[in-house]
Amino acid sequence: MAQNLSAFLMFLGALLMFIAALGVARMPDLFTRMHSSTKSATLGVGLIMMGAAFHFGEVGMTMRAVAIIVFLFLTAPVAAHMLGRAAYFAGVPLWEGTLSDALRGHYDRRTHRLLSDETVQEQLTEGDTAS
Amino acid sequence: MILWLTIGFLVAAVLLCLFRVARGPSLPDRVVGLDLLSSVTVGFIAVYAVVSGEMIYIDVATVLALIAFLGTVAFAYFIEKGGMPWRKT
Repeated sequence: MAQNLSAFLMFLGALLMFIAALGVARMPDLFTRMHSSTKSATLGVGLIMMGAAFHFGEVGMTMRAVAIIVFLFLTAPVAAHMLGRAAYFAGVPLWEGTLSDALRGHYDRRTHRLLSDETVQEQLTEGDTAS
Repeated sequence: MILWLTIGFLVAAVLLCLFRVARGPSLPDRVVGLDLLSSVTVGFIAVYAVVSGEMIYIDVATVLALIAFLGTVAFAYFIEKGGMPWRKT
C-alpha cells in the first residue's frame, strides 16, 4: 500500500515537473515562463519528496524530506522574485500581447526604489507644469 | 514500471530545460531554465534514491537544493547590478 502511494506521488510530481518544463520551453516571454516554472516545480519537488518519504518510511528520511520541502517553499518564491525584479530592471521585453504593465513608471531607474501611485502622479503633474 | 515512466517524464523535463537554456533570447531566460533544471535534478536524485534503495542520496538532494538557491540569487544580483550591457536601450 505504501509502495503504491509512493509510486503514485512520485509519478504525479514528475508529471508536474514535465508540465513546468513544457511551460518554460513554450511560453512566449520571460515572466510567463517564470509563472509556469516556479509554482509547479515547487509542488513537483514536494510531491516527489513525499513519495520518497513514504517509500522508506523511516523517521530520518521523513525529516529530510520535510526539511527539503520547507526549504524549497521558503526559497523558490524569493529567488523567483529577485530574478523577475532584476529582469524588469534590465529591460527584458514583455510579450507583444501584454495588455497592461502595472509597474511602468513606478520604479526609480537610478535607485531601484518602488514609488507609490501618488508620487508618480506628482511627478507627472510636475513634468506637465515644467514643460 | 511506473518508476521508469517517472524517470522518463523527468528526462523529458531536463531536455526541455536544456532547450530553453540553449535558445533563451536573454540572460534571465537562461537563468530561469537553469533554476528549473536544478529543481528537476533534485527530484531526479530523490527518484534515483528510491530506485536504488539507498537513503543516503537524499542528502545530496538537500545540498543541491541549498546550492541552487544561492546560484539563482547570485545570477539575479549580477543582472540587477550589471544590467545587460550588450542591449542598446
